Amino acid sequence: MKSIIAILGIFLIGATGFAQNKNAKASIKVDGVCAMCKERIEKASIHAKGVKMATWDVNTHQLDLIYNEGKTDLTKIQQSIADSGHDTQDIKAKDEVYEIIDPCCKYRDQQVIDDHKDD
Amino acid sequence: MKNLYCLFFLLPLCVFSQEKITGHITEKINKEEVPLSGANVYWLNTQVGTVTDFDGNFEISYKPEYKKLIISFVGYKTDTISVNSPKRITRSLTSTANLDEVTVNMRQKASSRSFLQSQNVLNVSSGELLKAACCNLAESFETNPSIDVNFADAISGTRQIKMLGLTSPYILITTENVPSIRGASQAYGLSFIPGTWVESIQISKGAGSVVNGYESIAGQINAELQKPMMDNKLFVNAYGSGNGRFELNTHLNTKVSERWSTGLYIHGNMRETEFDKNNDSFLDAPLMQQINMMNRWQYTDTENGYVGFFNVRYLNDEKQTGQTFFNPDKDRGTTNAWGSEIKTQRLDVSGKFGFVNPEIPWRTGGLQLAYSHHNQESYFGLNDYNIQHNSLYANLLYNSIISDSRHKIKTGLSATYDGYDELVLSENFSRVENSIGAFFEYNFDNLGDLNFSAGIRADVHNTLGTFLTPRFHLRYSPWDKSAFRISAGRGKRSANIFAENQSLFASSRNLNIFGSGGKIYGLDPEIAWNYGISFMQGFNIFSRKADITVDFYRTDFVNQIVVDWENPQQINFYNLEGESFSNNFQAEFNYNPFAHFDMRLAYKFYNVETTYLSGKKQTPLTPNHRLFANASYETHQTAKGGNWKFDATFNYVGEQRFASSEGYLNTIGLSEFSPSVSTLNAQITKVFSPNFEIYVGGENITNVKQQNPIVGSDNPFGTTFDTTYVYGPIFGSSYYAGLRYRIN
Repeated sequence: MKSIIAILGIFLIGATGFAQNKNAKASIKVDGVCAMCKERIEKASIHAKGVKMATWDVNTHQLDLIYNEGKTDLTKIQQSIADSGHDTQDIKAKDEVYEIIDPCCKYRDQQVIDDHKDD
Repeated sequence: MKNLYCLFFLLPLCVFSQEKITGHITEKINKEEVPLSGANVYWLNTQVGTVTDFDGNFEISYKPEYKKLIISFVGYKTDTISVNSPKRITRSLTSTANLDEVTVNMRQKASSRSFLQSQNVLNVSSGELLKAACCNLAESFETNPSIDVNFADAISGTRQIKMLGLTSPYILITTENVPSIRGASQAYGLSFIPGTWVESIQISKGAGSVVNGYESIAGQINAELQKPMMDNKLFVNAYGSGNGRFELNTHLNTKVSERWSTGLYIHGNMRETEFDKNNDSFLDAPLMQQINMMNRWQYTDTENGYVGFFNVRYLNDEKQTGQTFFNPDKDRGTTNAWGSEIKTQRLDVSGKFGFVNPEIPWRTGGLQLAYSHHNQESYFGLNDYNIQHNSLYANLLYNSIISDSRHKIKTGLSATYDGYDELVLSENFSRVENSIGAFFEYNFDNLGDLNFSAGIRADVHNTLGTFLTPRFHLRYSPWDKSAFRISAGRGKRSANIFAENQSLFASSRNLNIFGSGGKIYGLDPEIAWNYGISFMQGFNIFSRKADITVDFYRTDFVNQIVVDWENPQQINFYNLEGESFSNNFQAEFNYNPFAHFDMRLAYKFYNVETTYLSGKKQTPLTPNHRLFANASYETHQTAKGGNWKFDATFNYVGEQRFASSEGYLNTIGLSEFSPSVSTLNAQITKVFSPNFEIYVGGENITNVKQQNPIVGSDNPFGTTFDTTYVYGPIFGSSYYAGLRYRIN
């Protein structure tokens, strides 16, 4: 029985090894309002180690990511984005970071959101 | 515990398994749902897509990370569906005929510069190309300040373009990034690309990218041709001008299958009327006829990421010029009358294949292959000139990233073959050139204020030797709406001295080559470095958009084949001994002072000097100062899509130095410098609907003319005959009208 478990174990390590996709794709929601936000969000994402490509859509607020699962995970990426001042679907940015982003990027402010409606 | 094991086993399997979603798309006609075929179905932000079949059904691969499915069809409202699990989808699309009218406030500018690219590139859209209704690639630059258009000589009617004060051989001219106007087609090639075939033009000043070769010195012009999938199903353009020129362009495009589209493009032009308005016994504009046909095939497979183009083009062009009473059948080879015929046949076959990995969008590859056969048979009075040029070009390109999308790389291999056979007067020249090279370009983009690209290529060439070509571009935006750019690069080429300077044959000059045992007509390769700096700033004046660009470029020749016209009895070619350079400063201002009105002003300064045997001199027929102004206005579009468009272009060309000494110039009625020339072109277009429009326009409305453009026209077989002292228009004003009809 022990040997069976051992074999299974070895097999499992192999399987999980393969499952670590070097070009994993994910889409998450990130809050923001303008082109400046886009620049900040994409920069914060790509600065997170292991992220290969990040594209944020101003209209849908969707961030499309391609990243190396072996080097990072969605939580780490979201933390990096939140540290830049943007709320993600799982992590909210700290108020003190949010406060220092550009006035035109204050996505939590209904007034600012309305101002960007016509962009 | 057991369940957990199972889960682990399943997890990796999920990643590999392919799921598919099926669906059915309909539209409502008279309260009944009718299948909608041909609708586009794709996943948001992916390359994965398909088209509904005849019964409105589709099948598309599904992955859990695909969240939003887009369904779109021209004339229908685009629908977005959130998909959380792979289930069957049925949707009914709404026709936009039922929607409220949508007004779009932003117009795309007809030509624009990017604030973000590292190269100084001006993109000229099809809208800008319509501003000058006539007729081929050479003339399409007339509404554009970066390129100067001149007459090459007094008889052939050909336009010559210049960039940074340097003639077109120093510009790499490509169609869809394949070098096309080079070698034998250098002199007349621009008139072999009909204007309506061109979808857009990209003009890059200064050192280009290493991807397209080592030849570009002053800059690069790329013409994108119409794509069968995007172009109108039917397009007809007819044009007639008071100067005797008539043109007809027809495009037919059709979708052959889901992935294949094809287009047939036919161009014909002719001039049969003889004009000699200045009574010098010579035609003011050549008699000509051209048939130009192209068939393009476009392949697109978005699901698997394959794209391809396949083109075949055939051209037959005939020009006749010279004295009005010249009869080619009787007078060729005699001194009864001076005449010239230029007959060109050309065949082009090319293919382009691209691959985009749908899973890994940064990994793309491409292969370009092109073959051309060019055959020109011509004579100018008693001077014969024939050239045959067979050319092969292959370029393999691979794009990817290093670690993340801030670091992009381009790399690849290229190979070229050029075989030339020439008959010059009574002497034969034959030359074969071939090369193989590899290139690598690294692009860095910090996604904000800085990006640069550094490229290098190594080529092994049978006549140019083994050499490296480095190129560098950088863009930095110190503040909002600004772009500061620098560029530097090296270029190397072999000069086709006769093909590039064919106007020399229409003169009584004696031809001399002072070679030193080099491999190209006894001459050495041309080598030059180009450095550029530019700054662009966008701002608002009275809350309307404006931008200003200033740039300075310097080209330094390490070696140049000097074309020396200084002795009026001779034309001499020799390797540069000493200095040769071009300095160019340009300031350009664009402003949109009120809705639908755009204006552009440009000032250009040139200082182009070359060391001749007789000393360092300003290059002949290159002015120090040029001014350019363009204004365009469009009325508001009516509900049917009709409006009026008005466009006017003004050009001022400062005085230009003539070759030869002042003493000699006085004997032929010229002075050392030409007078300055100002010309005005204008056009009015009436758009009736998106399908139909007519236009009228005038070229050189103020009727500026160079008097006596042909020196020695009273004795064309005498020693002073010369058609190359041309600084301004010969024809005077002319008016034209035309129509465009399209079915989409």
